[in-house]
Amino acid sequence: MSALEEKTKEVSEGGGFTMLFFIIGLVVSLIFGWVVFPELLYSQKKQPFDFNHALHSELVDEGCESCHFFREDGSYAGVPQLAQCVGCHEDVQGETEDEAIFVNEYVKTGQEVPWLVYSRQPDCVFFSHVAHVKTAGMDCQTCHGDIGQSTSLKVYEENRITGYSRDIWGKNIAGFKTHTWDRMKMDDCSECHVNLGVKQASVQTGKGACFVCHK
Amino acid sequence: MKIDRRSFLSLGIGVTAGTTLSPLPWKLTDDLSIWTQMWPWTPVPKDGEVSYVHSVCTLCPGGCGISVRKVADRAVKIEGMDGYPGNDGSACPLGLSGLQLLYGPTAIQSPLKRVGERGAGKWQKISWEAAIAEVAEKIGRLREDGKAHTLGCITDSDCGTVPELFKRFLTAFGSPNFMRTPSCADTYEMTLKLMHGTDASPGFDVENANFVLSFGSGIIEGWGTPGRMFRAHSAWKDKKVKVVQAEPRLSNTAAKAGQWLPISPGTEGILALGLAHVIIKENLYDKNFVDNYSFGFEDWKDSTGKVCKGFKSVVTDRYTPGYVSGITGIDSGDIEALAREFAGASSPLAICGRGQGSVPGSIHEFMAVHALNALMGNLNRAGGVSAVQRADYITWPEPEPDRVAQNSLKNERADGAGSARYPYTKSLLTRLPAAINSAEESPIQALFVANANPCYTLPDTEQVREAFAKIPLIVSFAAHMNETAEMADIILPDLGHLERYEDVPTPFGMNTPMVGLARPVVSPRKGARHVGDALLLLAKQMGGSIAKAFPWTGYEDCLKKTMGKSWTGLTENGFVAKADYKPAGWDAAFATPSKKFQFMSEACGHEGKTGLGAVAAEGDPKAYPLVLIPYDSMRLSGGAVANTPFLTKTVADTVLTGKEAWAEVNPKTGGKLGLAEGVHATLTTPKGSVRVRVHFSNGMMPGMIAMPRGLGHTAPDAYLAGKGINLNALVGPVADPTSGLDAAWGIRANLVIA
Ligand code: SF4
Repeated sequence: MSALEEKTKEVSEGGGFTMLFFIIGLVVSLIFGWVVFPELLYSQKKQPFDFNHALHSELVDEGCESCHFFREDGSYAGVPQLAQCVGCHEDVQGETEDEAIFVNEYVKTGQEVPWLVYSRQPDCVFFSHVAHVKTAGMDCQTCHGDIGQSTSLKVYEENRITGYSRDIWGKNIAGFKTHTWDRMKMDDCSECHVNLGVKQASVQTGKGACFVCHK
Repeated sequence: MKIDRRSFLSLGIGVTAGTTLSPLPWKLTDDLSIWTQMWPWTPVPKDGEVSYVHSVCTLCPGGCGISVRKVADRAVKIEGMDGYPGNDGSACPLGLSGLQLLYGPTAIQSPLKRVGERGAGKWQKISWEAAIAEVAEKIGRLREDGKAHTLGCITDSDCGTVPELFKRFLTAFGSPNFMRTPSCADTYEMTLKLMHGTDASPGFDVENANFVLSFGSGIIEGWGTPGRMFRAHSAWKDKKVKVVQAEPRLSNTAAKAGQWLPISPGTEGILALGLAHVIIKENLYDKNFVDNYSFGFEDWKDSTGKVCKGFKSVVTDRYTPGYVSGITGIDSGDIEALAREFAGASSPLAICGRGQGSVPGSIHEFMAVHALNALMGNLNRAGGVSAVQRADYITWPEPEPDRVAQNSLKNERADGAGSARYPYTKSLLTRLPAAINSAEESPIQALFVANANPCYTLPDTEQVREAFAKIPLIVSFAAHMNETAEMADIILPDLGHLERYEDVPTPFGMNTPMVGLARPVVSPRKGARHVGDALLLLAKQMGGSIAKAFPWTGYEDCLKKTMGKSWTGLTENGFVAKADYKPAGWDAAFATPSKKFQFMSEACGHEGKTGLGAVAAEGDPKAYPLVLIPYDSMRLSGGAVANTPFLTKTVADTVLTGKEAWAEVNPKTGGKLGLAEGVHATLTTPKGSVRVRVHFSNGMMPGMIAMPRGLGHTAPDAYLAGKGINLNALVGPVADPTSGLDAAWGIRANLVIA
């Protein structure tokens, strides 16, 4: 065999082997990227105690706004403060363990419940609930889904890097969504703004694009 | 089969391809960018209800209305309050960064008693009860020893409930020594006393003036009510109102003015007389006003029957444009043109008080400038200057001093104000240090200091510290540690400006009487108490007629009762103003002996404003061939409240680099002295010597050196201490011959390469 033929053989043999390593690398990293990475990225946190939205919404008259209300000046109160709950929960109601935790650890001590908020956005984002709910007439589901009908609070998955909830990026690690409420990223806001022909300029700054939300 | 290098390469390629096809890099990039934008260690206010509290900023005498944004109980932002008289939405950088004082490390947390050497900064925390008892005991002994008149008080204002409480305490105690920190308000008020005969403060209708002639006033450098002046200044731009700035240095005001007149410092009053000369000579003045409502324009007879020269003859005889040009350095053609332009405007306004007006200035200069307004009849009418009556809402019954106090009150003041020498002057704080230092035993044996920092702000700091060291008892009511509090024996910490109530009466320069309400924006820190409450506690502890003079249960009770019916309006709107206020007409405006506006006053000697010329700078011209002039800047606070860290950040590198201060000189002067940009040099004045870096600026008149006020603090504030130089340490006071007030506009100096 000439030296040239030897070389060719080596190359072709090595070619199959190379392919195998390529595939191993590909498959391992795909599994890592799609399956292991999301597991590593998010830590699982439990809420201080469980809460039954469905139960409460049956008891109130004005739906979500009964507790998540707008203040007189139009600002949005967000997650209820203890003061709103004590009216009914001064003493333990019913027999659930969660109720006992709530009343004993929080109501009695006057300490606010450190709820983990699934929809919390970075502070560099300006978001006005009143503009969306009152002015544009949107319903809560469009962004928050069916949380109002839930009977218990799901596990809070916290992004270890950013500290924000997984719900912002969405459950789907690839970023795909099927419902409007699946994600709460910047693109989702702007997609809706563009689709609905919302004025692309900030009322406050008069500037467009980024300045609508980043003031 | 062999695993070789190539296999590893393809493994790597496979991993790269797989990773790229997975969400990992994209998601990580997104997360990392969020992380970098929201550093987890950046403090972010907690979520909570957003609210706004309207208050008044008291960090400087400007008294701007502010609106403080709060999230839950934390104040997060200060803005100017819309609709507040004067500043109407604007505020200065010091006011805007006031939260750094509120939450900063210099706030004093509990009463302190000095344990080490005076000024060494060694303190022991004591209770309020113990602190009050100790002060009461010590000053009580003064009264027993017949020395009640040696109790002094220094504060930044003489009207409003807090200064009135101090005055009341002193009267009930038996001391005449209430002293206000000096400023151009002193000279303006005396000008009005002599020329209008009224006990009033000047009001400038800057909103309606249509020609503004400023004799060195830093219109956008913090003169008057700064927030209001910013607004007026921008409005002038829109309305094409011309501003002429006479000043030796190209300040921001000068740079933005329609015309800048680089003038020899100290000769501003001469320029005013030169302008008056042209106006009178060319018959451009308001004859109706001058003929019917003024006195001393023509020659006149004094009380002894002697014929004295009137304003007209003095000015026309002597202050010709040629003569004035020789003194001021301003071209005589420019003087004539300016006089005609000034007189040609329907509402020309002339103002003075250098920079922020922190130095009172020469009474004759102020009278000369005010005479320009009078010549144009621009008094008590739109666009002009008016005498605004002092706040009249404090109607407490007179205190009833006991016998000890009555006797003691007969003593002369320690600073010489109101004496036969200076009968018209109310306070002469700049004379106090010398009076103390030259006396065997200090004429002030106990001193209260509130809302003031004389050991930093008074000229000739060294002399001030020396004098303070001789005072046996100094009680400071400071909210934050400062140079004067450091000299104190006892500190009774006041509440900070966002923690307390206080009425803020008509600030200097406002032309409508008003009162604003500073109110607590956040819950006050625990160990501190309102200065008013501290004083009430002290009065109670003293007992007798002193306690009786203070019938209130606390400061808030006192304030509410004092404001009476206005309280509701004050709390609802943040201020009450007399909307329909109009200054008195010319026939009723003047309370001088002649019942007319007086161009000349017997108080000034018969030669009046004319004979004295410019006040000279201290120092021998041979030893000190140059002149050092201090200047003010909106980026530096030269007053009792020191710079916030934010404000210091805004200072240019050619003013302060690290801890080094720069001195500005004209390149020509610098060249002659063998200096170059950035070199180190030794700056010497008769008061001391410091090391500076040299900055060449064409905006400086040759032969002069300029440095800013507001640096060189020594008090324990890591953000400020040791940065730059305190100009007050390099400049001494120069007493105005008539008023005794400090008229120094600079000091002779030398600059030598180091
Ligand atoms: S000008 Fe004076 S009163 Fe106004 S915001 Fe600034 S510091 Fe406060």
